[in-house]
Amino acid sequence: MATSTLPRGWRAAGRYGLLTAVAVVVLFPIWVMVVGAFKPFGDVLQDPLLPTSVTLETLRTAWRDGNLGRALVNSTIVSLIVTMAQLVTSVLSAYAFAFLRFPGRTFAFGVFLATLLVPFEATVVVNRSTIQDLDWLNSFQGLAAPFLATAFGTFLLRQVFLQLPKDLREAARMDGLGHLGFMREVAVPLARPSLGALALFGFLSSWNQYLWPTVISTDDDWNTVQSGLRTLSQAQIDKPNLVIAGTVIVALPIFLVLLVFQRQLVRGLTAGAVKG
Amino acid sequence: MTTNRRRWRDLPLALAMLAPSLVVLVTFVLYPLGRAVWLGHQRCDPTGNRCSSNGWDQYVDVFRSREFQQAFGVTFRFALVTVPVGLALGVGLAVLADKQLRGIGFFRTVFSSTVATSVAVASLMWFFLLNPSVGVLADWIGGVAKNPGLLRDEDTALWAVAVSSVWANLGFTFIVVTAGLQSIPAELYESAYVDGASGWTRFTNVTVPMLGPTLLFVGVVLTSRAFQSYGEFDLLTGGGPNGSTTSLTYLVYGTNSVIKSNDGLQAAVAVLLFVVLLALSILQIRGVERRIHYGD
Repeated sequence: MATSTLPRGWRAAGRYGLLTAVAVVVLFPIWVMVVGAFKPFGDVLQDPLLPTSVTLETLRTAWRDGNLGRALVNSTIVSLIVTMAQLVTSVLSAYAFAFLRFPGRTFAFGVFLATLLVPFEATVVVNRSTIQDLDWLNSFQGLAAPFLATAFGTFLLRQVFLQLPKDLREAARMDGLGHLGFMREVAVPLARPSLGALALFGFLSSWNQYLWPTVISTDDDWNTVQSGLRTLSQAQIDKPNLVIAGTVIVALPIFLVLLVFQRQLVRGLTAGAVKG
Repeated sequence: MTTNRRRWRDLPLALAMLAPSLVVLVTFVLYPLGRAVWLGHQRCDPTGNRCSSNGWDQYVDVFRSREFQQAFGVTFRFALVTVPVGLALGVGLAVLADKQLRGIGFFRTVFSSTVATSVAVASLMWFFLLNPSVGVLADWIGGVAKNPGLLRDEDTALWAVAVSSVWANLGFTFIVVTAGLQSIPAELYESAYVDGASGWTRFTNVTVPMLGPTLLFVGVVLTSRAFQSYGEFDLLTGGGPNGSTTSLTYLVYGTNSVIKSNDGLQAAVAVLLFVVLLALSILQIRGVERRIHYGD
């Protein structure tokens, strides 16, 4: 290898150079967006790469015109409902599959497995009319309902529960703990890292839902941030930097959340890749 | 005898614990699929109200229709580009950042960052960049990018959407491949080094085979995402120009779709989308399973 004859310092410098160049390319769209969001309306053609004139006016207008405050509240409430519900439903069903023996277990397991094969996009036609029949259009329950349980979460936690030492359950039984007590006092606390990953993953996927809220929220007051951006972009198609300011407002909170919870995110995303 | 009794004794508790998940999954995943299969053979009037059975041939009719075939072609080409390119870029970034250097954490955060962008955020970012009148990229590229604009030209629109999608998925691929790289035992590299393997040989003979399961996982996820992509097309092109970016999902749900208010046809296309994805995941897993190495 030719590179191995180069002095160490040069190779490190080369790698840093390459890393920096790639980082610039990856961040480029984000940079242009942020610069555009802080520019006044008429100025967007001037120096699109440099924040030569900075104002909060564009962001303020986007906030107001896009009704983004309301959308942020809606998204937060829906995502919190989904996250909590997924934790509860997944813990319960994972526990049943890991610790209980009962007739029909294989069949029930097959039902959960089968749901993983159905793309959500193929079910929206029917789910929309289900929600309509329930009179849940434009409501939190309508926005959250299809995501309250997930086979992914069930399998993730079942795997964790199966890896707990068998003696734990025996010892707990000696102490007179039933299944519910064992689940609450022992199994759930020991699964905390995976619960954290599942919670973040559930929150993120609910927050990022696009098709579902555009179908369910026919009234702009019920927009989530994603469908709110759609409404804003269609209403203000001739004001590009107003739309991009709205995009910054929507992107910022989740950037901050992920910066804090990086570890849980990695665990959640790689869960499917790890053999198990 | 005793084991048998214990099996039945747990049943009520098991049912109670499974019930919440089962109710949701059956109502919003399995029932809709079954119902869509049923709806798919119904023909509805243009208002979408009065539907009547049209025979199961409707699936064949839809499959043969020009609209379906065009949308299938669009989706297929979109996946054919975004999946390999996204995988290659993600692996490249992960290998590049897989070194213990000072400040590498910063670069890893940057490379992961696009995972935080939803499809709406990523799409509107690229819409801004490619905007023929104010977009920076449009200025730099010039020509067709200025007039009519990459997203408004029939020959370039799909590839412009693909760029946005590859960028948005880069963070996900980077994170998962990085985790995969870190699980490869260092001894394997050391013994390859001792055997005199060059950097490239170590990459092809150690890294790639050991990454097999990870690459399969990412490949399956990216393919299924590509086939289910909707927001990109809705926000960037609205299925146009001239149907050149009408994907299967856009054909079902898009505002400009020709079958917009026909529940029967929408359901039929949705079911065919499910069948295509099912076939793809089976093929993908079957085909790659034989060649990958599952480390124990």
